[in-house]
Amino acid sequence: MSNAVEITGLRKTYGNGLEALKGVDLTVAEGDFFALLGPNGAGKSTTIGIISSLVRKSAGQVLLFGRDLDREPAAVKSLLGVVPQEFNFNVFEPVQEIIINQGGFYGIKRSEARVRSERLLKLLGLWDKRKGMARELSGGMKRRLMIARALVHNPRLLILDEPTAGVDIEIRRATWDFVRDINRQGTTIILTTHYLEEAESLCRNIAIIDHGEIIEHTAMKELLQRVNKETFVLYTHGSLAGLGSIPQCNLRRIDDSTLEVDIDREQSMNGLFARLQQCGIEVLSLKNKSNRLEQLFLSLLAQKKPGVANDVHEV
Amino acid sequence: MSGYIQANLVALQTIVVKEVLRFTRIWVQTVLPPAITMALYFVIFGNLIGSQISAMDGFSYIDYIVPGIILMAIISHSYANVVSSFYGAKFQRHVEELLVSPTPSYVILTGFVLGGTMRGLVVGSIVTLVSLLFTSLHVQHPLVLIGTVLMTSVIFSIAGLINAVYANSFDDISIIPTFILTPLSYLGGVFYTIKMLPEFWQQVSLLNPILYLVNAMRFGMLGVSDIELTTSFLIMGVFVLVLGTFALVLLERGVGIKS
Ligand SMILES: Nc1ncnc2c1ncn2[C@@H]1O[C@H](COP(=O)(O)OP(=O)(O)OP(=O)(O)O)[C@@H](O)[C@H]1O
Ligand SMILES: [Mg+2]
Repeated sequence: MSNAVEITGLRKTYGNGLEALKGVDLTVAEGDFFALLGPNGAGKSTTIGIISSLVRKSAGQVLLFGRDLDREPAAVKSLLGVVPQEFNFNVFEPVQEIIINQGGFYGIKRSEARVRSERLLKLLGLWDKRKGMARELSGGMKRRLMIARALVHNPRLLILDEPTAGVDIEIRRATWDFVRDINRQGTTIILTTHYLEEAESLCRNIAIIDHGEIIEHTAMKELLQRVNKETFVLYTHGSLAGLGSIPQCNLRRIDDSTLEVDIDREQSMNGLFARLQQCGIEVLSLKNKSNRLEQLFLSLLAQKKPGVANDVHEV
Repeated sequence: MSGYIQANLVALQTIVVKEVLRFTRIWVQTVLPPAITMALYFVIFGNLIGSQISAMDGFSYIDYIVPGIILMAIISHSYANVVSSFYGAKFQRHVEELLVSPTPSYVILTGFVLGGTMRGLVVGSIVTLVSLLFTSLHVQHPLVLIGTVLMTSVIFSIAGLINAVYANSFDDISIIPTFILTPLSYLGGVFYTIKMLPEFWQQVSLLNPILYLVNAMRFGMLGVSDIELTTSFLIMGVFVLVLGTFALVLLERGVGIKS
């Protein structure tokens, strides 16, 4: 299978001298659902900006589906749909017109673009708003408008730069389902987000970028397997006073009815539960103290920064 | 290949229709003011002052100034249309809709220039209608008139785009109209024949490109001109080529629109 994205040696130094990308190599397979993660200012949007011809690169090469962006810009651009981080439509233009006109820029005739815009607006729950000006939309609706706009030419690769920022949970879920569907139908997806559980549940492969460099580029499964110790929070009923230490369990009493416990990846939790039962303690519920990907993410970034306490984010 | 042409024609049409809708939607700001300004010009320069001025090149003063006044409106509105539209697109970032698409730079340029030209033609027609209230118009050489109007609006539409590319604030888009276009228009022989000037100032006037446009326009309408017609058209052609190429290079490099 060919690669949807092949980036090599990508560098970007902005006009003010800031080196935003310091030689980024990135490969995304066709059909993948790919997460590009990194802290604020890491270079995610810069990378996406270069792929989508909005930012001029200083060095490097961008291939989409094997075609060079420099050599065949028009062909490459029509393979790509982008949902940028910042709103970039004319707020004084009616919603449906924005999508139809975008189709026009891709050479899609008005009549055909109208049909496509109708389908997309309905899918994204914006059909009722089609006649209003874009500025009348709420923040979440504006994001969905940009998703609809990015899909009008049926791109083979869709890049979403924080599509769910500021979107309520219901719409966020609906957006995930929508994007998952598109991916199932064959569209390659690249997603940036600061909601790591979103990346964990959606994406199969992942790259983490920090200070303009890729510090991790692997399969999500492989990365998550590196979490060899997880911390659980247990909400209990019954006195915790008589509970001593439990072998192989690093147990901490948080308050009268809350326990925290570290469990190794290979370790069973049965011993812990048996001991709690002996002491007459009922476990009402339990949860992960933090998201696994979040733990990994923080520890990877911390490794990069000498002087930052590593033990805080134990992996 | 025909698919490529077809796609670019659709893109071009999309840009032009968008541009025309933009200025017609805000017609109170875009097409009404020139009608009022023109009416004032005719009342003041034509009727009040003009009646005190003797014939110029054999025409009554009001008839003499009509071609230049129409052209001034075309110049300022073609320019204003593209500079504000393109700067707005840059400022609100929706120029990115074009930049991510396969639409080539020359199609983008042509689209905006056609939009500006349409505005120039609409305003030119309105101003012409207003002038008919004050005088009767003659058109001696219709083709020269049409050619001049088209070339002029193309030149100033391109210039508007170049200004927008370099503009970093809304104030920047009025610098060129205020400091260059208006003075050059007033000194470009709209209100007088340069034959009235001393030799030295006649030579200086020849450095003003607008002089050539105004005189070509006057030749089209009245059949008189201070300048050889071919010289005028040659200069217009050079301006279209030089400015057009420059604008294309700016767009191609993404100057002012890509970081
Ligand atoms: N137009 C610009 N001019 C100068 N510097 C810029 C520009 N755009 C971005 N930068 C800088 O480049 C670096 C990378 O920014 P970028 O927007 O790519 O980060 P990001 O990973 O998308 O961050 P976020 O998660 O906050 O969106 C930052 O230091 C930023 O300040
Ligand atoms: Mg960003």
